[in-house]
Amino acid sequence: MSTTAPTTATPRVADTDTRTGPVQALLRRRGLAKLLVLAVAAAVLVPLVHAQWPGALWPSDLTVDVSGPLGKANDWIIDNRDSHWLFAYFLGYLSNGIVVSVRAVYLVLLAGGWAGVVAGAALVAWRVAGVRLAVLTAASFGVCGLLGMWVPTMQTLALMVVSVVFAVVLGIVMGLAAGLSDRIFRLLRPVLDTMQILPAFSYLLPVSLIFGPGVPAATIATVIYAAPPMARLTALGLRGADTGVMEAVTSLGTTARQRLLSARIPLARKELLLGLNQTIMMALSMAVIASMIGGAGLGDRVYQALGTVDVGAALAAGIPIVLLAVVLDRVTAALGEDRPGAQSAEDTSPLRGWRGWSVAAVVTVAVALAARFADRLDWPESWTVDIVEPVNTAKDWMVDHLHTGLPVVGGTADWAAHFTTWILNPVRDGLQGLPWVLVLLVVAALAWLIGTWQTALTAVLAMAGIGVLGVWDKSLDTLAQVLAGVAFTVVLGFAIGIATARSQRLERLLRPVLDVCQTMPQFVYLIPVVMLFDIGRAPAVAAAVVYALPAVIRITTQGLRQVDSGAMEASRSLGSTNWQQLRQVQLPLARPALLLALNQAVVLVLAVVVIGALVGGGALGYDVVFGIAQGDLATGMVGGVAIVCLGLMLDRVTQPTARRDHGAKKGA
Amino acid sequence: MRVRTRVLSAVTATGALLALSGCGAADMTKQASPYANAAGAKTVTLSVQNWVGAQADVAVAEYLLKHELGYRVDRVQIDEVPAWDALSQGRVDAILEDWGHPDQEQRYIKDKKTITPGGDVGVTGHIGWYVPTYFAKKHPDVTNWKNLNKYAKQFRTAESGSQGQLMDGSPSYVTNDKALVKNLGLDYKVVFAGSEASQITQIKQFAKAKKPFLTYWYKPQWLFKKVPMTEVKLPEYKEGCDADLKKIKCAYPHTPLQKYFNANFAKKGGKAAAFLKNFKWTEDDQSEVSLDIADKKMSPQDAAKKWVEGHKSTWQAWLPK
Repeated sequence: MSTTAPTTATPRVADTDTRTGPVQALLRRRGLAKLLVLAVAAAVLVPLVHAQWPGALWPSDLTVDVSGPLGKANDWIIDNRDSHWLFAYFLGYLSNGIVVSVRAVYLVLLAGGWAGVVAGAALVAWRVAGVRLAVLTAASFGVCGLLGMWVPTMQTLALMVVSVVFAVVLGIVMGLAAGLSDRIFRLLRPVLDTMQILPAFSYLLPVSLIFGPGVPAATIATVIYAAPPMARLTALGLRGADTGVMEAVTSLGTTARQRLLSARIPLARKELLLGLNQTIMMALSMAVIASMIGGAGLGDRVYQALGTVDVGAALAAGIPIVLLAVVLDRVTAALGEDRPGAQSAEDTSPLRGWRGWSVAAVVTVAVALAARFADRLDWPESWTVDIVEPVNTAKDWMVDHLHTGLPVVGGTADWAAHFTTWILNPVRDGLQGLPWVLVLLVVAALAWLIGTWQTALTAVLAMAGIGVLGVWDKSLDTLAQVLAGVAFTVVLGFAIGIATARSQRLERLLRPVLDVCQTMPQFVYLIPVVMLFDIGRAPAVAAAVVYALPAVIRITTQGLRQVDSGAMEASRSLGSTNWQQLRQVQLPLARPALLLALNQAVVLVLAVVVIGALVGGGALGYDVVFGIAQGDLATGMVGGVAIVCLGLMLDRVTQPTARRDHGAKKGA
Repeated sequence: MRVRTRVLSAVTATGALLALSGCGAADMTKQASPYANAAGAKTVTLSVQNWVGAQADVAVAEYLLKHELGYRVDRVQIDEVPAWDALSQGRVDAILEDWGHPDQEQRYIKDKKTITPGGDVGVTGHIGWYVPTYFAKKHPDVTNWKNLNKYAKQFRTAESGSQGQLMDGSPSYVTNDKALVKNLGLDYKVVFAGSEASQITQIKQFAKAKKPFLTYWYKPQWLFKKVPMTEVKLPEYKEGCDADLKKIKCAYPHTPLQKYFNANFAKKGGKAAAFLKNFKWTEDDQSEVSLDIADKKMSPQDAAKKWVEGHKSTWQAWLPK
């Protein structure tokens, strides 16, 4: 969920560039026609509907109570899990396979001992990406050990390896099918779209019910979440193969399979590796959320720390996650780059190619054996640094001094209360007070203006689905929180983005901060936000803003930087001031990027606002947490599906691409 | 041709893997954690619930299992009801503090026989509504539910709007509060803190500012030592008065907290199972450890170590002979 955002961004910007200029004008006129159609529809529909169902909230006649069947399904699964063929001969194998694989990887890691693992990881990094990354890798693993997190780090690593392998296999299979067949490509696209905007939170419950809480469920949830980028990029790579090369290969009389193996896949190497990179990042960001269903490892440590309000302990477990993300990101990214490495001409060292790899393998095994004979397999307990206490002292100081009673400005708790009373409550009450037909019409209008009638239809159906499920008012409560969070994120993000676009120095300074915000598990900053903002919806919104801000800043900066330098120079030569240039040239030209930033803000804020149920955010997120905590499929599933509908609706309403077939690259 | 043989061998390999992972039907209900008993170490997997009392139980059990009996202990945090599920599947070996789940007991202990009771923890739990003692002293009549409406205004927060706020905690807790507020005709809104962590944080913040508040809370709990609270009297609890949520109008019962073991572990768990069966301590013991963990921010290991060093006679009785 985290690091993907900026990369997701880039390609879409290019797609939408075509819309500016005369097309824009045309669209605007077409937009007017669309609005007119909707206005007529409203004039006819609203009085009719109002006569039938007075009142603003979704009428209860139009809801379907699914709690009965879902409750039965819940009991059926638990009662039949040990006997029914579906479990015994299919899901059981899947589950066993996962347990066996995770265990195998974990045992290998343990057998290597800490020295073997550090040496192995550093040597792989060295072969793939050079000496600098090797040092970074060794240091990062060292820090994991120093923080006393060696065993949980290994557990998380084992879980990651298995999930990523499964996700990559699944992704490649889907991607191959979509890349080779146009029909499957069309069929699969909405599926992948949906998979990507689903907040992971919403399907934890069904997965954990089917597989039981624990590693298999966590792995499956991670695979579902992490497979789409691999599938998308595989399809993209295969479709994008140079036609000239393909024709040349065909003319040589090759079979379809030979063409695939010898030309298409090698040509798609770059996309495949980017897919691997994205899949790893997404899997890692899922590690913590999956701990809610017994995922063990680092995520579980963070989750346990949340249970004792222990920011220090949460940070001690969160830092290794950030470090793993950084190392895996850099190393896999280096795989895809054309670097002055093993294959290039200038590398004449004796260690190129397979020789380098065998040296790496031999050294790793030697170190592992040495550690074994020295009986030093476990990370030495004396080599740990306790950061828990200093962090907590710092946090206590912050809370004591910022919470209440600051002169004039008031404490953070006062701001939160004002925010709730003056912004969240009116927005929520306003939304809940709107007649439901009007809400549907507004959704339709927004989605139609920005997209096609299909996107509008999807958005309206998603919103109606919420009503049918009987969680209309809760969903509008969540929506109010999302809107408030997005407003904050966008205003702050654009402001900071504009500043960083103008100053390379500021961007360099901010980069590590943004990296940390994106990879640090959200659970870590849920605790401090409660301490500063009291329980309720305000801390949920604050946590969401922290999480979504980096993506918005990055996309804005990039969008502004990419503005045609010719246009910029022209405006400067005409003597415009910095401010005029920004307002009249840069911002309008970067409009597609800004719209994309808005879309990302919406999706990311929604993902965290629902987790905010853990700090009193209530509404839909609470239903899902309740479902997980009580093993109550009826409540949890309805909440989860409603979140998905809300996500779908919000995505369509803010999706900046008009013709989505241009967006083959989208979501990469 | 070559490709075909490769496919064939892949299929064979998959088949072999399937066969290895258990002939015929795969039993999903018997799967230990992949991290259990790794590298030849004997491990016990304990479920930790997210309240501090349960963490104290686990910390002390973990410490003794590790240092006196030579086990490696995995702690996994799972919510209460899913923990029963995990226990029945053998993904965790024991729950050390359960607050009463009749449905689960019926299903797993009586019907499926995959879980066996492990006896009392030695602690009696009680859920209730509490106000801070500093407030109860000033307004003694607040401690009866009949007078709560009079104080609703003072318990208002930004979240509860025009009504008073009754703060509830984690969604995993047993609670009838929404029904109680409705059935007793109280002018209150139940606001869920979403987790015990945020509830404790909030209570401490209220106490620091000496603000009035009304909260769902439970005993035994270390927080009473930091923030003294007085219980609000609800209509008396009688056996079965909480059977129908729609009509419920009575207080929560007093529950002797229980331990539960995976049936297989209880039989074959050796010294670890025998030790956990003997594990039984008092409320004071538990509070001592909890307070160290949650308030003094000692690591659970350190808090357990401190307690173990001071109470040798208590825990020596737990060690299997």
